[in-house]
Amino acid sequence: MAETAVQTFRITPEKNGATQTRRLAPHRIVLALIGLGLVAAAIYFLRWDWLPDYYDLILQGLWRTIWILVVTCILGFLLAVPLGLAQAAGPKIVAVPARIFCTVIRGTPLLLQLWLLYYGLGSLFPQYPWIRGSELWPYLRQAWPYAVLALTLSYAGYEGEVMRGAFAGVPKGQLEAARAFGMRRFTIFRRIWLPQAIHRALPTLAGEAVLQLKATPLVATITVVDLYAVASRVRQDTFITYEPLLLLAAGYLVITGVIVFLFRRLEGLIPSKLG
Amino acid sequence: MTAPQAAVIAKPPHPATAERAEAIHIWNLHKRFGELEVLKGVSLTARDGDVVALIGGSGSGKSTFLRCINFLENPTSGVIRINGENVRMVSDGEGGQYPADRRQIERIRSRLGMVFQNFNLWHHMTLLQNVVEVPIHVLGMKRDEAVALGEQLLERVGLSEKRDVYPAYLSGGQQQRGAIARALAIRPRVMLFDEPTSALDPELVGEVLKVIADLAKEGRTMLLVTHEMKFAREVASHVIYLHNGVIEEEGPPETLFGAPKSNRLKQFIRTVS
Repeated sequence: MAETAVQTFRITPEKNGATQTRRLAPHRIVLALIGLGLVAAAIYFLRWDWLPDYYDLILQGLWRTIWILVVTCILGFLLAVPLGLAQAAGPKIVAVPARIFCTVIRGTPLLLQLWLLYYGLGSLFPQYPWIRGSELWPYLRQAWPYAVLALTLSYAGYEGEVMRGAFAGVPKGQLEAARAFGMRRFTIFRRIWLPQAIHRALPTLAGEAVLQLKATPLVATITVVDLYAVASRVRQDTFITYEPLLLLAAGYLVITGVIVFLFRRLEGLIPSKLG
Repeated sequence: MTAPQAAVIAKPPHPATAERAEAIHIWNLHKRFGELEVLKGVSLTARDGDVVALIGGSGSGKSTFLRCINFLENPTSGVIRINGENVRMVSDGEGGQYPADRRQIERIRSRLGMVFQNFNLWHHMTLLQNVVEVPIHVLGMKRDEAVALGEQLLERVGLSEKRDVYPAYLSGGQQQRGAIARALAIRPRVMLFDEPTSALDPELVGEVLKVIADLAKEGRTMLLVTHEMKFAREVASHVIYLHNGVIEEEGPPETLFGAPKSNRLKQFIRTVS
C-alpha cells in the first residue's frame, strides 16, 4: 500500500496569556483608536449643552427601561416553562391552548398587543365600579402595568416555543436514567429535565433577551417614560434630534453588552460540550 | 424492607440455593410492541449472590427483558416479584398493563442499580454530583454522608481524581465506571447491566469488565446482558440464552458454553467467539 503523507496540526488550547496578547493585537489597537476618534469627534462637534438639564430624566428612563426588561424577562420565562412543557409533554388539553397562545402572541405585532391591553382592556376597567373601588385600581389606572403585562406575555410566547424545543431536545436516556433510579416525576423535572432544557436554551434566551430590550421602546407609545421616551422629550423641548438619538443608541448598546456578558457567564457555569 | 449489603460478606461461590433469599423472580413474562411480540414467556429467578448473564443475538429480547424488570418497559403480561414484593399491575384495556402503584415502582427501582449501554450520566452534573444525586434526592441521605459514600465509590472504580469533572470530558470507559459507581451508590439489592461495554472502544472494554468482575467476586447479585462471551463464562453463575423471545437454553456457564445442546446456541457461540 502506498504510504500517504499525513500532516498533523497541533491544536494548542488557548491559555489566558494567549488571549491577553491577542487582545492587544495591532488591528485591535487601530480599531480602538478609530472608535475613540469617533467618540471624540461626536463630543467635540455635536451639541451636548442640553445634557445637564436632562440628567435626572435620563437616569430615570434608563432605570425604567432596565427594570421593565428584567421583570418582563423573568416573569415571561416563568410563564414560558409551563408553556413549553405543556407543548413538549403535556396532554392535548393543555398542549393545544399553549400552542394557540404561542402562535397568537408570535403571530401578532407587539405594538398591537400593547395597545389592545392599554386602550382596550384599560379603558374597559373604569366602567365597572367594583374595579374602581378595588385595591388594584391605583395600579390599573397607571400605564406601566399594561406595559409589563404585554411585554411579559410577548416574552412568554416566544420563549414558550424555545422551551418546547429545549424540553423535547433533552436526550431520552437522561430522563430514563432518572426513572431507572426511582426518581419521582417532579424530582426528575426539577433535577434533570428543567436544568438541561434551560442549559440548552440559554444561547437562544440570550438573543431573545436582547430582542426584548429593543422591544421596550414601544412602551413609550402608552406614556411610559423609558429611555427612548426621554430622547423624544429632548427633541420636542430643544429641537435637537441627533444627539439624543446617538446617546440612546449608545445606551442600548451598553445594555446589550451587559446582557450578552451575563448570559455568557451563566453558560460558562456548565461546559457546553454536552455528551 | 431488605437487609442491604448482606451479600458483601465473603461466602463460597454457590451455597445451596435454598439458603439464599430470592431477589428477583419473574414468571412467564410477555412483552409486545404492537404486532411484534418481543418476549414470549420468559421466566427467571435470581437469588442473592447470583450472577445471571443473558446472552443472545440482536433482537432476541434480552435488553427488553432487563428493561421490563425495572419497568422502563411495561411488560404485557407475567409476574414480577422483586425483594419478595409482587408488582401490582392493572390492565390498560388495550391488551397491555401498567403498574397500579407508581410509588411501588419507584421504591423497587431505587433498589435496583441500572447501568446503561450509553452510560447516561447526567451531563449537567460533575461525576461526584452524579453519584450523590440519587442517594440525596431519592433515598433522603444527608449530603455529607452521600459525598463520603460517593468518594469511596469513585475511589473503588478508580476515578477519585475525576470527581469534579463533567461527563463530557471523560472517556467512555471512565463514564461507564462512573455510571457503575452511581448505581452502587443506592446500595442496590441487584445490579442490572444492559450491555455495559457495547458502546465502548475496544481498548476501553477491559477496564469496565474488571470493575464488574470485582463486583461479582464480592458476591453482589447481578443481571448482565452482554455480548462478551468469555466474560460471561468467567463471572456468571448462571447463563441464559435467549432466542426470539424465548429461553432456548440455560444453565451453569461450564455446561452452556462447554456442551451446548441446541444447534442454535452452538451456532451462536461459534459466530460470536
